[in-house]
Amino acid sequence: MVDLLPLTVTDASVRKGGRTILGPVSLTLSGPGTTILLGPNGAGKSTLLRLMHGLDRPASGSFSWAAPRDIAHLHQAFVFQHAILLRRSVLDNIAYPLIAHGTPRKAARDAACDWLDRIGLTAHANRAANTLSGGERQKMAMARALIREPSVLFLDEPCSNLDGQATAEIEALLQDASAHGTRLVMATHDLGQARRLATDVLFVHKGKVQEHAPATSFFTGPATQEARAFLKGDIVL
Amino acid sequence: MDDLWQGMLAALRLIVALDADLFEIIGRSLYVTLTATLIASAIGLPLGAWLAVSRFRQRRVVISLLNALMGLPPVVVGLIVYLMFSRAGPLGVLGLLFTPTAMIIAQCIIITPLIASIAHQALRDLWAEYHDLLISISTSRLTRIRTLLWDGRRALLTASLAGFGRAIGEVGAILIVGGNIDHVTRVLTTAIALETSKGNLAMALALGLILIALAIGVNLAVHGLSRTERTPRW
Repeated sequence: MVDLLPLTVTDASVRKGGRTILGPVSLTLSGPGTTILLGPNGAGKSTLLRLMHGLDRPASGSFSWAAPRDIAHLHQAFVFQHAILLRRSVLDNIAYPLIAHGTPRKAARDAACDWLDRIGLTAHANRAANTLSGGERQKMAMARALIREPSVLFLDEPCSNLDGQATAEIEALLQDASAHGTRLVMATHDLGQARRLATDVLFVHKGKVQEHAPATSFFTGPATQEARAFLKGDIVL
Repeated sequence: MDDLWQGMLAALRLIVALDADLFEIIGRSLYVTLTATLIASAIGLPLGAWLAVSRFRQRRVVISLLNALMGLPPVVVGLIVYLMFSRAGPLGVLGLLFTPTAMIIAQCIIITPLIASIAHQALRDLWAEYHDLLISISTSRLTRIRTLLWDGRRALLTASLAGFGRAIGEVGAILIVGGNIDHVTRVLTTAIALETSKGNLAMALALGLILIALAIGVNLAVHGLSRTERTPRW
């Protein structure tokens, strides 16, 4: 696995429709583990993830990986809040990233079969992806993101519409990936999930990073007023 | 109303009698238009996909131009192709004027913009759906185009069929570059024009009904084939 870290974001901001929706933010991600982005809806968590992954361009400022940007991008993957379904079978959806990068079709399908087995969807291999349930779709998206063994995996609230069982299965996949050396960066507003997975926490509010701290210190004694209120379950405006 | 009946009866008689001339004309109509549709699809579909995934400064101009070319007058296209392939024209040495090949070229020019434009509109929506994922996977532009063409194949079938529909009923261009020569370049539409001008309305109508039946038949056949796909909803 290629080592992409540290990721350094310097004074980056993102504008959409003439309005600054994120930033300026500066942060550094390094070391192994799982970074959890916490914050209320519309705080800019998704935009920050998309910025780091290169889906949104910074209007000002910059970010850099330990590798050149196009090399770095090849070793990242992104799981969206709503799984994007290719109009193909479940098997072909999972094999797609391998085939797109030149793996022979047969080998790619074999690898996808292994993943189907791991996520328990072998019986659905040849069904169209849009016939899957919400939880199954998200597991398929996880397999598709992990099949190229990314060094860094971004996740944008992957469990937001899922029940307990599906969430537990996704978290098991995440912990497995983390154990195999994939760096996880995930947005969530499920505090329980944050406590279960986080090694460090980025607290995002009103388009700014308010706090970046190791999980233990963040959950026991958050430094900012807003983070304290958020952890207490108050509505943060 | 009486003419219509006469036409239908004449059409039936021609078909039942297995009229050799008629089947030759039908065969040539299909050969010219299906070949033109295949070539125009091979150019127009990838062009539409390329326009859907590309962002460049003159993109809007190109798309407007393409939409304008959808309404290209066939007679004018015929005239230009005629001038290109006439003995004194730049491509005159090829000796293609008054051959089915010239008719195919003219029809390609007429329907390629139509096919490309419909393909672009269908694939633009699919690209909006796929954009984030395909950018995230760092796909090359070629891979994006191929993915859209494959996953959007049902919508693209409609684009090709629209092209076929325009070409099979077209008479202005192929009359000029083909010349409606019996046993060489005569097709259904040019034969209808000829019979009408001769005052042979029943025969013209008979050929017209056969032409319509042919167009419907090709569409049904294509849809019949595509229904065998695994995922009917896509």
